[in-house]
Amino acid sequence: MQELSVLIVDDEAPARVRLRELLGDLADEQPTRVVGEAGDGLAALDLLERAPADVALVDIRMPKMDGVELAQHLARLPRPPALIFTTAYDVYAVRAFELHAVDYLLKPVRAARLAAALARAKALRPPPAEALQALRPEGRSHLSCHERGRLLLVPIDEVLYLRADLKYVTARTREREYLLDESLTQLEQEFAQRFIRLHRSVLAAKEAIIGFARDGAEDADAHWLALLRDVPEQLPVSRRQWPVVKSYARQLST
Amino acid sequence: MASIRQNPVGRRLPDFRNLGVMLRLLLGVNLLALAAALVQATQLAAWPARYVEFAAWVEPLLLAGLLLLAALRDLLWRLPYRVAAAAVLVLVALLAALLQDFWRFMGFADGGWAAIARAALLAMGCAGVMLAYFRLRADALSPAVAEARLQALTARIRPHFLFNSLNAVLSLIRAEPRRAERALEELADLFRASMRDHRDLVPLADEIALCRQYLDLEKLRLGDRLQVEWTIDDLPGELRVPPLLLQPLLENAVYHGVEPAAAPAAIRIRFARRGDELSIELSNPVGAGGVPGAGNRMALANIRERLALYYDLEARLEAREENGSYVVHMVLPCRN
Repeated sequence: MQELSVLIVDDEAPARVRLRELLGDLADEQPTRVVGEAGDGLAALDLLERAPADVALVDIRMPKMDGVELAQHLARLPRPPALIFTTAYDVYAVRAFELHAVDYLLKPVRAARLAAALARAKALRPPPAEALQALRPEGRSHLSCHERGRLLLVPIDEVLYLRADLKYVTARTREREYLLDESLTQLEQEFAQRFIRLHRSVLAAKEAIIGFARDGAEDADAHWLALLRDVPEQLPVSRRQWPVVKSYARQLST
Repeated sequence: MASIRQNPVGRRLPDFRNLGVMLRLLLGVNLLALAAALVQATQLAAWPARYVEFAAWVEPLLLAGLLLLAALRDLLWRLPYRVAAAAVLVLVALLAALLQDFWRFMGFADGGWAAIARAALLAMGCAGVMLAYFRLRADALSPAVAEARLQALTARIRPHFLFNSLNAVLSLIRAEPRRAERALEELADLFRASMRDHRDLVPLADEIALCRQYLDLEKLRLGDRLQVEWTIDDLPGELRVPPLLLQPLLENAVYHGVEPAAAPAAIRIRFARRGDELSIELSNPVGAGGVPGAGNRMALANIRERLALYYDLEARLEAREENGSYVVHMVLPCRN
């Protein structure tokens, strides 16, 4: 039987030890090789980039980046591992997994269940995006993008604005720009709390807006410009969005 | 509500030293005075003036009565209910008669037997109404009802904690069997405590020991990520508190403050005694997930209700966020 490479992702060391032990017990039935252990989603992505795995056993509740968000980013890897969630007790997640036929294991994990999950792993499809987003209604903590074959993670609270160009969306942080392959509409929905739409093609982080200036040139579409902290760019506010933005700005000043 | 602890069968006079009971007496008697003033006032406009007139007579008597009953509480509790109730009525009548005579002596009121008897009867009537009210209230919150509510309210240990702990113990069995044994024993103690009879107050020392066991178990799976700092200023261990009062709060702190935190996080627990009050403060860093949500609010509401069942209005619980910490502050009356 073909050996499977496995990545174990769990924030609790004893839980990782337990999975390792179980995988060892199953070696005759299903040979496996643990290629790494990670304590959170960020560390897992880092490991997977250097050492791709066939299967990732992923805990849901973890600090820094939880298992559900990790799954959202995994899809962007060139060779994503088959994903099996593990959880001690999470009614909502389990219901969502049942609904979308996502494989999961309940902790304490039984060897027989783990063997069955590994046997199916090859055929597993990645969990559907909408199921994952329903489990994390507050939005991801990072955006991910590809750059020269590398997966880059941009913390969402460093993004000052998002701007849609012809094909891509650009995320601007204090230091630089990143190209994302996601749609601005989706991003607007996911991060409605954090960003406000200034223009058909621009979302700005609410907390980054420091003021507004009148646009000198009498353009048909852009009357006002939003000023952001840390970057020299001034972003146009469309006539249609101005009332919304203005009322938000008023909340700010009071 | 004292009855749910010390005397589950048979009735008893209310605890006249309880702040809630005192407040209810003050409010109830004043409402009666207000009603009497309305009956006597010929015009609505004269009502407030009438009430003020009454108040000058009622309030000194009321306060004197409260003091007397508070002083005699333990003595009254030793008597059978009927005798104790009759004693209260007689005491109040005597007090009213004395006061009436005092007013006469001061020249504020008419003397004579008729005036004294009238004052005594009115005071007795009021006392009777209030005793009847407390009896009805005690029936509504009868030991059986209150007990059932307490049983339902006493926090159950979270399944999240149970399954994760079992998982951690399983991981120890092969490498460190002795530690696994100890962990299972602690888990058993914790569950025994959570299934125990919840009517009785437990020594504070026991509750603290239980919390330490719980935190040991959490340390097993969280390792150095969980830091705990206890501050206990010379606290008599025999002080009694409701069982499983602190443990659910600690569980919240671990779940919301430590588990989601990227860096090791400290839970701080402080006990202090201020006069007759025991103050317990618990704080944890606010996790990356922001302010704790619905589950936490439910746990707090739950503990608040249990405190009300045990102490009526004498205990309080507040939760607030300050300087990146989530702080729960609880104040209980000291009971031995």
